[in-house]
Amino acid sequence: MPLTAILFVVFIVGTAIALSWPLGRYMRWAMDPAPAGGVAARFTGAFQWTGGRIARVQQDWKRYVVTMLIFNVVMFIVSFSILALQQYLPLNPDGKGAIDGSLVFNTAASFTSNTNLQHYSGEVSLSYFSQLGALMWLQFVSAATGIAALAALARGLAGRESVGNFFVDVQRATFLVLLPAALVVASLMLIGGMPMTFQGAAHVMTLEGAEQVIARGPVAAFLTIKQLGTNGGGFFGPNSTHPLENPNFWTNALSMISIVLIPMACVWMFGRIVGRLRHAAVVFGVMLVLLLAKITGAVYFESAPTAAFADLPITQNVGNLEGKEMRFGATSGPTWAVLTTSTSNGSVGAMHDSLNPLTGVMPMVGMWLNATFGGVGVGMINMFLYIIVAVFIAGMMVGRSPEYLGWRVESREVRLAILALVAHGLFILGGTAIFAATPWGTEALNNTGPHGFSEVLYEFSSASANTDRASRGWATTRSPGNVSTGTIMLLARFIPIILPLAIVGSLMTKRRTAESAGTLGVDDGTFAAMLLLTILIVGALTFFPAGTLGPVAEHFAYAVR
Amino acid sequence: MQSSHVRKRMSVASLTDPQIIVPAVGSAFAKLDPRTLVKNPVMFVVEIVAALSTVFLLQDVLARDGQDLGFALQIVAWLWFTILFANFAEAVAEGRGKAQASTLRQTREETIAKLIVDEKTELTVPTPASKLGLGQIVLVEAGDLIPSDGEVVEGVASVNEAAVTGESAPVVREAGGDRSAVTGGTLVVSDWLKVRITAAPGTTFLDRMIRLVEAPSARRHPTKLRLTVLLAGLTLIFLIVVATIPSFASYAGGTIPLLVLAALFVALIPTTIGALLSAIGIAGMDRLVRFNVLAMSGRAVEAAGDVDTLLLDKTGTITLGNREAAEFIPMKGASEQELADAAQIASLADETPEGRSIVVLAKEKYGIRGRDIHELGATFIPFSAQTRMSGVDIGGSWIRKGAVDAVLVHLDASGTQGNRKKTTGLTEAGHEIDAIAESISKSGGTPLAVAKDGKLLGVIHLKDIVKGGIRERFAELRRMGIRTIMITGDNPMTAAAIAAEAGVDDFLAQATPEDKLKLIRAEQAKGKLVAMCGDGTNDAPALAQSDVGVAMNTGTQAAREAGNMVDLDSNPTKLIEIVEIGKQLLMTRGALTTFSIANDVAKYFAIIPAMFIALYPQLDALNVMGLATPQSAILSAIIFNALIIIALIPLALRGISYRPLGAAAVLRRNLLIYGLGGLIVPFIGIKLIDVLVTALHLA
Repeated sequence: MPLTAILFVVFIVGTAIALSWPLGRYMRWAMDPAPAGGVAARFTGAFQWTGGRIARVQQDWKRYVVTMLIFNVVMFIVSFSILALQQYLPLNPDGKGAIDGSLVFNTAASFTSNTNLQHYSGEVSLSYFSQLGALMWLQFVSAATGIAALAALARGLAGRESVGNFFVDVQRATFLVLLPAALVVASLMLIGGMPMTFQGAAHVMTLEGAEQVIARGPVAAFLTIKQLGTNGGGFFGPNSTHPLENPNFWTNALSMISIVLIPMACVWMFGRIVGRLRHAAVVFGVMLVLLLAKITGAVYFESAPTAAFADLPITQNVGNLEGKEMRFGATSGPTWAVLTTSTSNGSVGAMHDSLNPLTGVMPMVGMWLNATFGGVGVGMINMFLYIIVAVFIAGMMVGRSPEYLGWRVESREVRLAILALVAHGLFILGGTAIFAATPWGTEALNNTGPHGFSEVLYEFSSASANTDRASRGWATTRSPGNVSTGTIMLLARFIPIILPLAIVGSLMTKRRTAESAGTLGVDDGTFAAMLLLTILIVGALTFFPAGTLGPVAEHFAYAVR
Repeated sequence: MQSSHVRKRMSVASLTDPQIIVPAVGSAFAKLDPRTLVKNPVMFVVEIVAALSTVFLLQDVLARDGQDLGFALQIVAWLWFTILFANFAEAVAEGRGKAQASTLRQTREETIAKLIVDEKTELTVPTPASKLGLGQIVLVEAGDLIPSDGEVVEGVASVNEAAVTGESAPVVREAGGDRSAVTGGTLVVSDWLKVRITAAPGTTFLDRMIRLVEAPSARRHPTKLRLTVLLAGLTLIFLIVVATIPSFASYAGGTIPLLVLAALFVALIPTTIGALLSAIGIAGMDRLVRFNVLAMSGRAVEAAGDVDTLLLDKTGTITLGNREAAEFIPMKGASEQELADAAQIASLADETPEGRSIVVLAKEKYGIRGRDIHELGATFIPFSAQTRMSGVDIGGSWIRKGAVDAVLVHLDASGTQGNRKKTTGLTEAGHEIDAIAESISKSGGTPLAVAKDGKLLGVIHLKDIVKGGIRERFAELRRMGIRTIMITGDNPMTAAAIAAEAGVDDFLAQATPEDKLKLIRAEQAKGKLVAMCGDGTNDAPALAQSDVGVAMNTGTQAAREAGNMVDLDSNPTKLIEIVEIGKQLLMTRGALTTFSIANDVAKYFAIIPAMFIALYPQLDALNVMGLATPQSAILSAIIFNALIIIALIPLALRGISYRPLGAAAVLRRNLLIYGLGGLIVPFIGIKLIDVLVTALHLA
């Protein structure tokens, strides 16, 4: 690996880590203010006023979940309507027409669930109003839903009487966290040269005398929340490989930092609300180890030439450049690929379908685990599931009934945690199985053989991990694909939020036990090792057979050649 | 701790004892019954898979299309072996209990009780024990077996309780007080008792005991249930993994034989821990039984591992039961010799250990030989709770020894020295003796005043002897995160001195039963689990309130009902062992679970390349173990999966080695051994089996 690649990765990840610490502190202030006095408390008053009576009560986990679901259903219906009726609505300078019904469902589901799987191309199909009113709005509130859910989870674990109030939390997350952050980043993006306009596409005469239509629009605003909210849905079809969505090195670097920034800060926020910063540091460390392992793997494998050009008379000494932006080279693409899949973001800085086979494993591992920082708020919530399983096994090994932060982990909690993990595996493997064996899937593929299998696997991993888009070259305008992935996205979004909150709700009814030298410590390296082992064996190995038939088989096929 | 003097109930049959092994083999087959196996989801799933595989195999056999069925036959056979090995593990674990139960049953022969039908005439009617009702009163005389559990209402007798405790030295049972409970099946050796029956037929202590040792698996172990949930969940995940493979394979243009899928599935699901889970629990209960402790519930054993606070009675647990005389401190105007002489005379007839130690000290230190109390013509005045003194009267002369207060009151009453109440303050002698008593108390001793004929002679310093090695034990407990609190009736000064000497974390002085109960509740309110032991009726509320309450077998019926464990040896120090056994039980479960799950890595690497090599030949690169053929690889993995159960039975029964360390150190150690070991061992094991399989041309 060249030194520049290492420096680049260290720069991106290092900056994100450095910024995540103060941001986590700020998010604690914003999301979980001390009840008495202060600026944040006055905001709480304002949010309670706007929310009305329902925002003034302290909710238990069930009511919190119910209000969260109602809120999301309303958001889904509103966006569905905007998308379905876009031809009649304003802010449509280029006169975009109606969209197919199954695609509207898929898109609304995708943005409600913070997935942003795009089975459409933004600049081709959508009006500015659809982009902003339906999609960008959802990019804010779906991310806010994640942050709110994490705050609720942390409050429960901290032993508060109530997990909070969803209406207040979702407003806090939107107006105090995401909006200010987006304003700062979007301004920097504007300075970096990104367009932000409500004018229609530019029509220009090229030097050759041909007329060219250049799509543009309110890109900077859209892109920023796409990254910060781990949404990933691009303004343009090619996402962040489009020159107007990612003009230069600085916007590229800033985008990558934005992808992982809030997920990292969420871990610190969790630690602060629970009152266990050392534990948060251990969890952060485990996530970081996994992230760096994946980035190192991806960058390393991508520094090898692509096998596609092996028979061509080309000198390949700068790594695999197929599907890369020449402006960014062979390192940025795989790093982006790992960051974006680790955080269930899904924006792309290179064509994932063109990554070398083993490079392609790394993004998939990110989506299989879904907890290397993970989506905004929900990444830490997913990690909580692994923590419950790890604590359960490790707890017994120290000779006590398992407990986490003093809460006794019993049958109900284990059952719920396992159920959530089973669901994730079922969605990915079940979806892949159905589509790999039927014309539904095989006819939509760009490729045959193991690579084609990887495409299906990637698609369902991505839908289940709420990551993004058919980045692996599954041509997706067909109804079965739209409906199945749409349904999976909604289930895969809300099951892993509801079940962990149910776990916390169940823990909160118990007597908290005192911690001593005899209780399992969750803030040391031994626990980190245990957690890592659990994630790898329970999380990753589930996908071993599928991974073998996809990228691994492809890699060794090239290696044999 | 002197675990050496914890008696073993009966000679413990070893694992290789044919008396246990032979019936276990039989019951391994009997346990194939799906109705019993269904309680163990993992093994039940294996049985379904094995049964289905057998059906498919039979179809192939009947088809007679000339294909070689040797491989298929072996896979099916090993699937069944996996279940049989699991059943065998459970049967072996149960074997010891069964053997003990049958020994106990021999002692529970039908006895004919002497039922008292008329209280006045004490007319008795021979009645079979099984016909005795609650509240009826029976007469038991020397040589009789006590027909059922009961409360002594009249009489004193020595009783041989070997049938229950294994201890053949008889114990005294008497009406009233804390020694009034008798157990059915025990033998009255001398004298007689009138016993009121307190247990309905079939619910006696011995009956319960037989049930407890015979079928320990029938009891709920909360952690085992939770673990079963986890294992069932993992099984479900692997079911999804395996069930989706045929469709993946069909994409790649091939098919995977069902038997191979079955083999992969059984190899991946946590069969190792699933097979041994039951045996681990039974063995844990069995370890308690061998320590002569009966746990009334599985929950209690597990709670023992979770205990945060141990309440330990000072006497008998932290200190030797008896205090010893250490020193004679004379008053001004009295000589040591004089004091020692009076103290010895007063103690000649005193059979308490304290009394004997005074005689011995006087003899050793001052050369005063023991005399016969009858030769002196003295009458012994025994200790009573009212006077709190004992002593002798010799003609007109008298000697008294007892609590300082009590002796002063006695002197006061006899109108001589040491008046507290009548004058404004203490007399000079009173001040002096109080000063001596206080300095003794501060050092943790107990002062005993001695007075002769109205004159205070001095004080005997009785010393509590802290048990050897107990300090180290408490240090160990502290490292394990367990706090020890000493409970004593002593005054705070004495208690503090002994607490410091013994190294307990805290103490509760001048403790009443209410204080104990309050302390337990306060600890529990702080989120701690509390363990204690007790024997008296007034301990019953505290025993019931504590999370682990160990009742002494010598204790009252009320105490035995209130606790969730009974210590047949009545040795309160055993509380520490009970905690360790509870911890070891949980550790063994956790360690074998980790081992079982970690094994999957190697099994994937054995089976997956073998399974897919026909689809993509390049996947041979994943065959890192270099297994000979796809068939030998799959067979080796499934053989390893079955044999590891047998290999781990001794560990499951013995429990993993236990060290009193903090949680972090324990986790590090177990994670290294069972986590890392679980990753590495199967790679080696499968490779070795593959070499054998190939050498024997099995595949």
